[in-house]
Amino acid sequence: MAALAQQSIVEAPQPKTTGYWTGVWRRLRRDPVAIFAGLVILALILMAIFAPYIAPADPYRASSLRRLRPIGTAGYPLGSDELGRDMLSRLIFGARLSLFMGITPVILAFGIGSAIGIFAGYVGGWVNTAIMRTIDVFYAFPSVLLAVALSGALGAGFGNALVSLTVVFVPQIARVAEAVTTQVRSRDYVEAARASGAGGFTIVRVHVLGNVLGPIFVYATSLISVSMILASGLSFLGLGVRPPEPEWGLMLNTLRTAIYVQPWLAALPGVMIFITSIAFNLLADGLRSAMDVKQ
Amino acid sequence: MLAYLARRVAYTVPILFGVALVCFALVHIAPGDPLVSVLPPDASADLQAMLRTLYGFDRSYPEQFGRWLWRAAHGDLGTSIATGRPVTDEVFKAVGYTLRLSILATLIGFFFGSLFGFVAGYYRDSLVDKAASALSVLGVSVPHYWLGMVLVIVFAAILGWLPPTGAGSGNEGFFGSLRFMILPAVTMSVIPMGIVARTVRALVADILAQEFVIGLRAKGLTDWGVFRHVVKNAAPTALAVMGLQLGYLLGGSILIETVFSWPGTGFLLNAAIFQRDLPLLQGTILVLALFFVILNLLVDVVQTALDPRIQRS
Amino acid sequence: MIPEDRGGPAQPLLTVKGLLKHFPVKKGLFGGASAKVRAVDGIDFEVLKGETLGVVGESGCGKSTTARLLLSLIDPTAGEIVFDGERVGSRALSLKEFRRQCQMVFQDSYSSLNPRLTIEASIAFAPQVHGVPRKEAVGRARDLLARVGLEPRRFAERYPHELSGGQRQRVNIARALALQPRLVILDEAVSALDKSVEAQVLNLLLDLKEEFGLTYIFISHDLNVVRFISDRVMVMYLGKVAEIGGSEEVFERAQHPYTAALLSSMPSLDPDNRTEVAPLAGDPPNPIDPPPGCRFHTRCALVEPVCSAKEPPLAATEGSHRAACLAVQPGSGHSLAPAATSVELAA
Ligand SMILES: Nc1ncnc2c1ncn2[C@@H]1O[C@H](COP(=O)(O)OP(=O)(O)OP(=O)(O)O)[C@@H](O)[C@H]1O
Ligand code: SF4
Ligand SMILES: [Mg+2]
Repeated sequence: MAALAQQSIVEAPQPKTTGYWTGVWRRLRRDPVAIFAGLVILALILMAIFAPYIAPADPYRASSLRRLRPIGTAGYPLGSDELGRDMLSRLIFGARLSLFMGITPVILAFGIGSAIGIFAGYVGGWVNTAIMRTIDVFYAFPSVLLAVALSGALGAGFGNALVSLTVVFVPQIARVAEAVTTQVRSRDYVEAARASGAGGFTIVRVHVLGNVLGPIFVYATSLISVSMILASGLSFLGLGVRPPEPEWGLMLNTLRTAIYVQPWLAALPGVMIFITSIAFNLLADGLRSAMDVKQ
Repeated sequence: MLAYLARRVAYTVPILFGVALVCFALVHIAPGDPLVSVLPPDASADLQAMLRTLYGFDRSYPEQFGRWLWRAAHGDLGTSIATGRPVTDEVFKAVGYTLRLSILATLIGFFFGSLFGFVAGYYRDSLVDKAASALSVLGVSVPHYWLGMVLVIVFAAILGWLPPTGAGSGNEGFFGSLRFMILPAVTMSVIPMGIVARTVRALVADILAQEFVIGLRAKGLTDWGVFRHVVKNAAPTALAVMGLQLGYLLGGSILIETVFSWPGTGFLLNAAIFQRDLPLLQGTILVLALFFVILNLLVDVVQTALDPRIQRS
Repeated sequence: MIPEDRGGPAQPLLTVKGLLKHFPVKKGLFGGASAKVRAVDGIDFEVLKGETLGVVGESGCGKSTTARLLLSLIDPTAGEIVFDGERVGSRALSLKEFRRQCQMVFQDSYSSLNPRLTIEASIAFAPQVHGVPRKEAVGRARDLLARVGLEPRRFAERYPHELSGGQRQRVNIARALALQPRLVILDEAVSALDKSVEAQVLNLLLDLKEEFGLTYIFISHDLNVVRFISDRVMVMYLGKVAEIGGSEEVFERAQHPYTAALLSSMPSLDPDNRTEVAPLAGDPPNPIDPPPGCRFHTRCALVEPVCSAKEPPLAATEGSHRAACLAVQPGSGHSLAPAATSVELAA
């Protein structure tokens, strides 16, 4: 026996122990694009949180005398909108609702979709078939169409827009969750856990969740960009946030009438949506490749 | 192949049924009595009861759904509350416009997308490749309704080259009406362009990495021969992606149509939502979703037919 | 939790009766389950206390399915499993209690360890399921690691990807032993290892067996390894038992032509011992629709018309050695069948 122990020590190569997430973080740190995107997102979030301290003016204070001032006007660094409100302040405050409306549906859908998908994937059999066929029905609608249809039927409003977007993303996340869970379920370590007499709930908690949440999470982050565009899109259509709240999509809509007067000013809110959406896309890409490495 | 076809069609039937059920439910998840939208505000109780019976709202949900589905299957989607005309007529008129725009956008997107993707895949890790991948990230990240506004600003408001909105009066002739389509179609083409470019790049890089192709090139086969081989092998997947994108555009055109006041289904939906014209909303969504499901089916079938190596189970 | 020996040493630890597993497979236009894979098609055998039963057979003959059936990882279509005198799933022996006493080591050492758990957590999982407090379970895990030759201080907190294949398989063995089972099923447990590592692990298995009084079911396609480690051997073909008997008897005096063919296709270590039987040609038939009569008749060198008409029972040939071949069964109608003895004629 001693001889055996001796031999196995010779076999041992690596000196240091690394957990999964440590490795992911180490690889992510070496990806300058992802880090930059992450910093942009961080900056946007900080801007949203500290909007009252950063914004130079009250985003709601209108002035019929100072409408549609061009970019660079004294006192209005980014001009003023069609009601004479300070653009810069509205863009800063706009981050609050826009980010909230873009991110929340994905978080909600991550929770609900993962639960549905993991359940279906772990249970398998006809329960799985029934759940996944239902999910397929929602998948049969293009996302924009489904979001507009639901919020159109429910009626305009902030809450309804959130609900609609969540419903759009739940099937997409559930599909991914089901696929990875089905894969993990057939691994020998899950079999071994079953063979040790553990119940389904314990197995999911200890052996399934840790292995499926990562991939589902990466997929969900890649949806945030789409969600930002869709959420602002709903407000742009008048289905989301209502005036006079500052929200980028809604601002874009109300400034449409001004494109002949102040064309570049009218395009500003879209720039914010664009930047946010690119940043989330790049971060999601970086996260995906950082987590994709086969260990 | 035949067995696959039958299975694929059989799988689509319950999906179609589910889609119909969701569209039916749209009217019933709407807040308030569905009758309110068709009632004059001062309607008497008698009139209310009469209309309720007329529209069948007094029956059980399954019964209502059955009747609605039966009529829909015969092309009757009810009557628009706002215009009083059959929903089917309204929708099909609008679908024509949307289809025109989406097809043009898909073609533009496919052409430039495959071009970028091909060059990027052929010269991997070159500057062109990097530019192409940057472009495709921008393509999928851009809020297209905003892009539409920017194009209107540049080409209509500032340069004055193209009309900003609308589809024209119908008397401009072919090229005259094409002018109206350019901006919305280009805006719309950005999404499929990015996705097609990504797909084609991966496909081309994959094919070129096959030992067989490396062998061909080593044997001194001309670039033209290699090119033909690559095109032949990449085409089925690229075409499938294009077909699916067309489906997405058909259903996703609402924002762009709103920006350009293009009289298609998106515009119709917008009107239906703000006039609370629920039958019109329901009918439009149903038709668009059916288009999407059937297009998916067609793409799958055509792809299988083109590429029998694809294993499907 | 000292393994209680209820029926005494003479009672088999495991008795399998008529075990059957048919997997429905989709076939036909609308996915109706119109065909079934007869993965395990009615097998009976016993595992004696303290022995190692080797199980051999070509790929796809149902070895892993049998193992999974024994652990109730999949439900049998029919059949009964009796563990030390008690039917599994009866009131006297619940499934959970049976699973504590019967554990398994899988072939793929990597996919059988959860990549997100440290190896000590993987080993400590099963005892925790059975109510051992975490601290104690981890302590036991570390003891076991030492016992299988992995120094706990160096290895306990590592993740599976930081170990070599041989080390991982030692972890899997420790994990299986953590519940102090009486029966351990080893499904191709050493097949994926290098020869030198394989030898170390085999020796470890022998040591552990002695120390903990274990019984093994050892599944492998490597006949040399099976011969080395097994007391008795069971040969499977297309979901059925072809031959079963003492290791020496089966390897020296194979009764079934299939066993003989398997043996002749293996590189023998002993040149005097080569059989004259032609090695196996071709692949086994499809288990969805196995040949009638003797399942081996499509590939058998001794095939005769009677073989496709009559299914040979698994009958004793000498002592506890049994084979399912008409050519060795008296009165079967096969021309090579030995003359019927008076005992059998009377029966
Ligand atoms: N879940 C399943 N569904 C359908 N068929 C299955 C399933 N599991 C196993 N089979 C089939 O049952 C038969 C026996 O498989 P099994 O895994 O038991 O073979 P094996 O003897 O362990 O082979 P190997 O040596 O390759 O591990 C095979 O034909 C296999 O294809
Ligand atoms: S029964 Fe016939 S076919 Fe089967 S093994 Fe014996 S001799 Fe061969
Ligand atoms: Mg096996």
